[in-house]
Amino acid sequence: MQPAIRLSPTDNILVLARSLNAGEEVLIGGVVHAMNTPLGLGHKIAAHKIAAGEKILKYGAPIGSATAEIQPGEHVHLHNMKSDYLPTFTLDEGHEFHKHA
Amino acid sequence: MTHYPPLTNKAVLRSDGRKGIRNVVAVVYLVECAHHVAREVQSAFREQGVHLLGFSGCYPNEYSFRMLRSLCTHPNVGAVLLVSLGCEGFNRKGLLEAIHETGRPADLLVIQQTGGTRSTIQAGRNWVQNAIKELESAPLTSMSMNELVVGTVCGGSDGTSGITANPAIGRAFDRLVTEKASCIFEETGELIGCEQIMVSRAVTPELGEILNDSVAKAARYYSILGHGSFAPGNADGGLTTQEEKSMGAYSKSGSSAISGLIKPGDIPRMGGLYLLDVVPDGDVRFGFPNINDNAEIAELIACGSHVILFATGRGSVVGSAISPVIKVCANPETFRNLPEDMDVNAGRILEGLASLDEVGDEIHHLITRIADGHRTASESLGHQEFVLGYKSFEPIGPTCHPTYQ
Repeated sequence: MQPAIRLSPTDNILVLARSLNAGEEVLIGGVVHAMNTPLGLGHKIAAHKIAAGEKILKYGAPIGSATAEIQPGEHVHLHNMKSDYLPTFTLDEGHEFHKHA
Repeated sequence: MTHYPPLTNKAVLRSDGRKGIRNVVAVVYLVECAHHVAREVQSAFREQGVHLLGFSGCYPNEYSFRMLRSLCTHPNVGAVLLVSLGCEGFNRKGLLEAIHETGRPADLLVIQQTGGTRSTIQAGRNWVQNAIKELESAPLTSMSMNELVVGTVCGGSDGTSGITANPAIGRAFDRLVTEKASCIFEETGELIGCEQIMVSRAVTPELGEILNDSVAKAARYYSILGHGSFAPGNADGGLTTQEEKSMGAYSKSGSSAISGLIKPGDIPRMGGLYLLDVVPDGDVRFGFPNINDNAEIAELIACGSHVILFATGRGSVVGSAISPVIKVCANPETFRNLPEDMDVNAGRILEGLASLDEVGDEIHHLITRIADGHRTASESLGHQEFVLGYKSFEPIGPTCHPTYQ
């Protein structure tokens, strides 16, 4: 089974159907992309180049905006996208609460 | 007379015409100060279907009274013992009267009038012992799908929840709605970003406006609090934003038309799909609308839910007092990690081993087995989590429930 699945034809991200190791290769739009870091099941990677400020589309619906230019196959997460509604909070190694706005 | 698909022959008929799939004895503390005594009473009968619930606050609150009244007169509840300290603000006599009006065995023990901790525990245990005996002889009756209320919630969501467990629950909901069951989905704070899509599914334009307003209210409420309904574990599991989590959560509702908007304690009057508005009305008071998943489950049960479908990706282990919780696990890695705590492995969908429809049918079938008395994973592990806080609501108007006049 293809490890990265497109949930809707208009989406600009793919969702991982299994966890991937660093260096593992995924075929996106006919081009092979090697993962820079290990990525967990359920995480997102870019289906093609996404400009800063562009909406991120999943399920065919906007789920936030890119905060930087994102390359095809790159991990799409808190470091390069944000909510258009509310900030996201995460725990850094279980110590500090971080606000991503 | 219309015939609906049968659900079970092991239901219990209540005086209000509703039917239960469990016959629970509930021990209810009316303030935190009575919690220990109530727990000591209940824990002696843990294996015999005696559940513990209650309200911690000492200040009176209309919402929490309505919640406990709805829960104590829930069709899955057969008898109720109230435990009060004696000086708290809760309207204990009003609650006892409301339960007595339904014909259920019920009693009230006030610790300050019963000689203190030890003698109240003893009196409570004697009462519960008798109540269990009385309920044993309750006649069983048949129950059809149109008499069933099912609630759904998601907790510990991750990037798999919105692809597997949530849409599979949506398929089960679609099938239940065609069978005239009442299905309730919730957490308007977890629908932020989905409001436009949801509005188009309302049975009337006026209801669509109400659905939109309920999400706008949630967005405003959470903005003032400065924190959405999004936990660090959601991000670890691949979810990045509130609206991404919302889109996944929204798929639990399936594709049926939305028949109404209800608030905690409102019981759907006829089959269909309902949105439960859990965010308080008026100014922001009392803090977060629901402090955890179990506060949401308690509200779904207060709306009459006989069973709860709980989608989890990271792996929630909770159950609930009063109504069984079916754990639908979205993530195949989590299912392998916590197999004893899960009822359904929706992660098979990601591995190409099952379709959404197959898992939806499995959930539907499991509901009928649970109604027949089969215990869910969380029930057999003894989970009975319960939490209830402070809120304030305006009552719903007729436009909220347009199919019932």
